[in-house]
Amino acid sequence: MEQATTPARTAEPFEPRLTRIGAVDAVALEARAADLAKRSIKRGSKLEALDLIVRMIDLTTLEGADTPGKVAALCAKAMRPDPVDTSVPSVAAVCIYPTLAGEARRRVDGSGVHVASVATAFPSGQSPIAIKVAEARAAVELGADEVDMVIDRGAFLSGRHAEVFDQIVKVREACGPAHLKVILETGELGTYDAVRRASLLAMAAGADFIKTSTGKISPAATLPVTLCMLEAIRDVHVETGRVVGMKPAGGIRHSKQAIQYLCVLHETLGRDWLTPQRFRFGASSLLNDVLMQIRTQKTGVYESPDRFTVD
Amino acid sequence: MAELEPRTDGGLEWTYAPAPESRAIVSFEERYGLYIGGETIEPRSGEWFTSISPASEEPLAEVAHAGPEDVDAAVGAARSGFATWSELRPAERAKYLFRIARIIQERSRELAVAESLDGGKPIKESRDVDLPLAAAHFFYHAGWADKLEYAFPNRRPQPLGVAAQIIPWNFPLLMLAWKVAPALACGNSVVLKPAETTPLTALLFADVCRQAELPAGAVNIITGDGSTGAELVRHAGIDKVAFTGSTEVGKAIQRELAGRGVPHTLELGGKAANIVFEDCALDQAIEGIVNGIYFNQGHVCCAGSRLLVQESILEPLLGKLRNRLSTLRLGDPLDKNTDIGAINSRAQLDRITELVASGEAEGAELYQPACELPERGFWFPPTVFTNVAQSFRIAQEEIFGPVLSVMTFRTPAEAVDKANNTAYGLSAGVWTEKGSRILWMADRLRAGVVWANTFNRFDPASPFGGYKESGFGREGGRHGLEAYLRFEG
Repeated sequence: MEQATTPARTAEPFEPRLTRIGAVDAVALEARAADLAKRSIKRGSKLEALDLIVRMIDLTTLEGADTPGKVAALCAKAMRPDPVDTSVPSVAAVCIYPTLAGEARRRVDGSGVHVASVATAFPSGQSPIAIKVAEARAAVELGADEVDMVIDRGAFLSGRHAEVFDQIVKVREACGPAHLKVILETGELGTYDAVRRASLLAMAAGADFIKTSTGKISPAATLPVTLCMLEAIRDVHVETGRVVGMKPAGGIRHSKQAIQYLCVLHETLGRDWLTPQRFRFGASSLLNDVLMQIRTQKTGVYESPDRFTVD
Repeated sequence: MAELEPRTDGGLEWTYAPAPESRAIVSFEERYGLYIGGETIEPRSGEWFTSISPASEEPLAEVAHAGPEDVDAAVGAARSGFATWSELRPAERAKYLFRIARIIQERSRELAVAESLDGGKPIKESRDVDLPLAAAHFFYHAGWADKLEYAFPNRRPQPLGVAAQIIPWNFPLLMLAWKVAPALACGNSVVLKPAETTPLTALLFADVCRQAELPAGAVNIITGDGSTGAELVRHAGIDKVAFTGSTEVGKAIQRELAGRGVPHTLELGGKAANIVFEDCALDQAIEGIVNGIYFNQGHVCCAGSRLLVQESILEPLLGKLRNRLSTLRLGDPLDKNTDIGAINSRAQLDRITELVASGEAEGAELYQPACELPERGFWFPPTVFTNVAQSFRIAQEEIFGPVLSVMTFRTPAEAVDKANNTAYGLSAGVWTEKGSRILWMADRLRAGVVWANTFNRFDPASPFGGYKESGFGREGGRHGLEAYLRFEG
């Protein structure tokens, strides 16, 4: 495992040396995000963006009612999103609950599509650490090659940052070779300062990706919160050379929104992050809107939603 | 289990395709006469000049050059216009101002495109800043027109008469709004002279006045160069001068007006300090620095052209700033993704070039991001100077271009001393998470505006103006009204 490294100047993100973590100005952060959202992406640039967005999607179903049948349909869609247009690539991964990781693995094996399983008492994270570690380990054994864990917001909000850090380290170990995405659930953290602090903490504890939300809490991903996390990723990269990915999740339903996220990514971290290895969208309904837009860009007409599969 | 591919993929080389705003919405006339007494008339001077686009150097329209006789005609028209306008019921005056505000909003795309064509500023700025603020100034002052008695209780406010207004080329329509809206709200009539390089939106504004059926002579617009402005200030028939522009011309105006008893307000140059403390929100401070000096190509009198950084964060700050500059997109002002447009004129480009050369000669270290400049037109890349001493010309003189001079300080007291050590005093910025330090700094900074954790924010309700050689008088807010009134009580 890559050695967890803390950024030198932004400080060690565990108690009690937490004073130099850096601040975030909410007004200016939101203004910058709004400014970047006004980029006008047309023609070839738009098609390139749409293609990349498909490749970055973690196609997600996280319902109590999920069944092997539902996951099978999702996997088929993930591997071949548009049966009519074979130039449309596969998505990055399917994202499911641990009990369905085995089914997903059988369906996508060999396709290049990854299996991401949530774990650690998703979505609340309110379980004993032993159970969370066991759940992450089980998910990997069942076939997940990516684990999306949630941080213990209860511990974080009560100031027990070291506990949050230690839990991530333990889950990180339990994941073995699988990639770890750490969900901060930014909608519950209250301030951008807390989001920044949690981001640095998760990265220092060994996260491969940091992720905004479970999708079960509103607000889920927003453009400013994503910008805030990308800036933290940038600081860690500049100071330590470590590469951490980003995954906004929840509430991104339209191509136009997704392109705005790409602009924020592009102008914060540059082209090196414009790859599914470093950026993902946690989404479900977004995919069909992107497919529709790709068709429109290629044919010049909008087609009926009935021509895109509902899975 | 499938391993993720190694993370060596370089990522998508993504470029933004051109996204130009259509210029079809604007049709300039071939020639624009003078707007005097509600009519467009040929100049008696018989002279014309051409207004060009600084981004392409293409001629946009011919514009009349007003000579002494034309100035006299305009002041005469404003005098009779004043008789009508000042006698209108205040609520009636408000009605016309509201109308103008709404027409500006309705025609905002057209006016924004015209502004970017004639002045070179990026369309996203003219669309999102200049036009909304111009409309807001008319709305705001429309509200005051029938409430002046409440703004100045028991002082019986009266209009001054004919206001001579001379505006600069950096925010042509917005500066027009700053001048015309309060003047009209207070019952004055106006002779306005827009800048030589950017007269076109003022001439479109003449059409807005026509459309609003503004009484003839309330607003008169004469175009020309500095000689026209000088003629206007010399004219015996004016009752008030409002000028925004260089300190040099401001001084000349004051000399001309000495002893004449004509009240005047001057909004002149600046060399603002943008002061960044080590505890600031650094990424947002970077945005503020960029906005402070590269907004409108640095053609901003209150631009944060001197960056004072606490020494302990100089290196990380410069690293972030360089990184951010590399994302700035310079080019076609009409492209919706352009961040930095064209320099307003060849003369201004020459001045910037000369001052930047002086900075290099004096030993400052120059940084410019890799940036391709278009072949035609007037362009200058975003520039940062480090190792700047307080004594260098680039730390003392107003450059009025996209050029930032970086200096350091160690303590808040030193920051105040350095910030105030200038002939100007228009604005300043303070970046810190500590509220008490913001107040401590604001008390001590000798600047008309102090922004805290933001920069270059304007609002019609907020008075704007300077200290020392940045001029006097305020524009905006209740203070701004005072400059267009006399008091009988």
